[in-house]
Amino acid sequence: MIVARDDTLVIRNPDDVVRVRQEVRARAVAAGFGLVDQTKIVTAASELARNTLDYGGGGKARIEVVQNGARKGLRLTFEDQGPGIPDVELALKDGYTTGGGLGLGLSGARRLSNEFQIHSVVGEGTRVTIARWK
Amino acid sequence: MDRIPILKLGRALLVTVQVDMHDRLAMALEEDLSAKIVTTGARGVLIDISGLEIVDSFMGRMLDTIAAVSRLLDADTVVVGMRPAVAITLVELGLSLNGVKTALDVDRGMALITGDYGHASEGSEDLEDSDDRGEG
Amino acid sequence: MATILSSILEAHDGEVLAQWLVALKASGGTGGGRIKEGELQTQCRHFLDALRQALATAKNSDGNIQGAAFEDVRELLADVSRSRAAQGFSPTETASFVFSLKQPLFERLRQELGGDTARIVDESWQATQVLDQLGLYTTEIHQKSREDIVARQQAEIAELSTPVVKLWHGILALPLIGTLDSARTQVVMENLLQSIVDQGAEIAIIDITGVPTVDTLVAQHLLKTIAAARLMGADCIVSGIRPQIAQTMVHLGVELNVVSKASLADAFALALQRTGRTVVRSKLAGTLAART
Repeated sequence: MIVARDDTLVIRNPDDVVRVRQEVRARAVAAGFGLVDQTKIVTAASELARNTLDYGGGGKARIEVVQNGARKGLRLTFEDQGPGIPDVELALKDGYTTGGGLGLGLSGARRLSNEFQIHSVVGEGTRVTIARWK
Repeated sequence: MDRIPILKLGRALLVTVQVDMHDRLAMALEEDLSAKIVTTGARGVLIDISGLEIVDSFMGRMLDTIAAVSRLLDADTVVVGMRPAVAITLVELGLSLNGVKTALDVDRGMALITGDYGHASEGSEDLEDSDDRGEG
Repeated sequence: MATILSSILEAHDGEVLAQWLVALKASGGTGGGRIKEGELQTQCRHFLDALRQALATAKNSDGNIQGAAFEDVRELLADVSRSRAAQGFSPTETASFVFSLKQPLFERLRQELGGDTARIVDESWQATQVLDQLGLYTTEIHQKSREDIVARQQAEIAELSTPVVKLWHGILALPLIGTLDSARTQVVMENLLQSIVDQGAEIAIIDITGVPTVDTLVAQHLLKTIAAARLMGADCIVSGIRPQIAQTMVHLGVELNVVSKASLADAFALALQRTGRTVVRSKLAGTLAART
């Protein structure tokens, strides 16, 4: 897999969530994503960026344009140094929330991506990586 | 702080949500709308989201909340003009917005609120007619 | 590197070409005469020229064909492979373009080097390395061209198979025909939702009379589309569910919790009714009018 472009954005306030969305949209358009695919990856990015802000106390978003053979895609990594998730399985269930949201952030983002990885250590932080292919 | 304008159209309130709303803006809208429903005695709220390129769970929750609050204040909420890509994504995300009514455009949404839905077309009609003379 | 090879190609290009053509035809590399004699000769001659130059200029003797010296050869082979793939050649038929060159070339080597067995083995080994790589290269390009063709055809079929038709003001129908795989269903459904917006349709009828089977995944796509249409402000009616499909779906545990009608006609009648219209037989209306 080749990484064609690599940007990192800081997520510290709600405006940064908007900025992540715009950046992901621009990358998806440049990679030739169709409208529905664009919308899916931007929405997933929005969910994860907000999670990073609300539950992780802020962090960073890494946006990579990747190429695997003939397939182009986007890989997004959201990282925080927050409290971490004690039970990842539970957090991935629809409707599970600790923050008063709908509890669709993680599970929804997973459904909107082709690849999904989560790594979380209590007391250290959480890293979520998703990828969507054109 | 910026606020989203709320227009009064007959017995309904119309809100046009623009691209990429900030979270604070969305929250302010919730408050403003409920206050305005009471002061104007509106029967319904039209939320035009045809300008929105995405609706995430935060926005979805806002729409649900507005609908629930409006219902308590005796007003219907109609979400209008959702784009296909947004609708597909929202379904995939797991949001069904069961509490809100939906319509293709503001005219039809207004018809849902005022209740004169389906009465617009009378007499004969044929397909050669211009499309703008539907019902709504 | 293998200067002996390039000098053979230089001095005896005519003979090598003639023998190669014979070997090529014998090994089925012409695809049973699908390529014209003249075209084949031109391709072969150009290839020998390019190969000779490549061999003369290539520096290292490991016979790596990815280097700059072999650029022309690769380009030529890519053209040959692509045109053969388009003409329906099998990978074997395509690769024998290169492999059939071995026999005449080795024959020449043997004649040139006389009794020097050690050198014959050495040179043959080097020639084999180059030709094997080139042969595999043709297969690779052939494969790629076939994939491109398949991808293009899939896109064409997907486009062909999404006929959203307008039945009346605000009423659309999507008659689905043939097996639905996940990818096709997605395209079809996106198309339907876009048509709903474009035409301002309040009701869409999805007719699956022509669909032989519906699996869990397709059923899910249907449900998602109906949910998405509702979010946009339009209702869907599913019509023409075959008895076997209905049974399979119940057995699979797929709940298709939707408005469904037996036939497209029934669905259309419901759609008209929902949009405040009634269908009246004009003849009957005429006689009734005459009586009063």
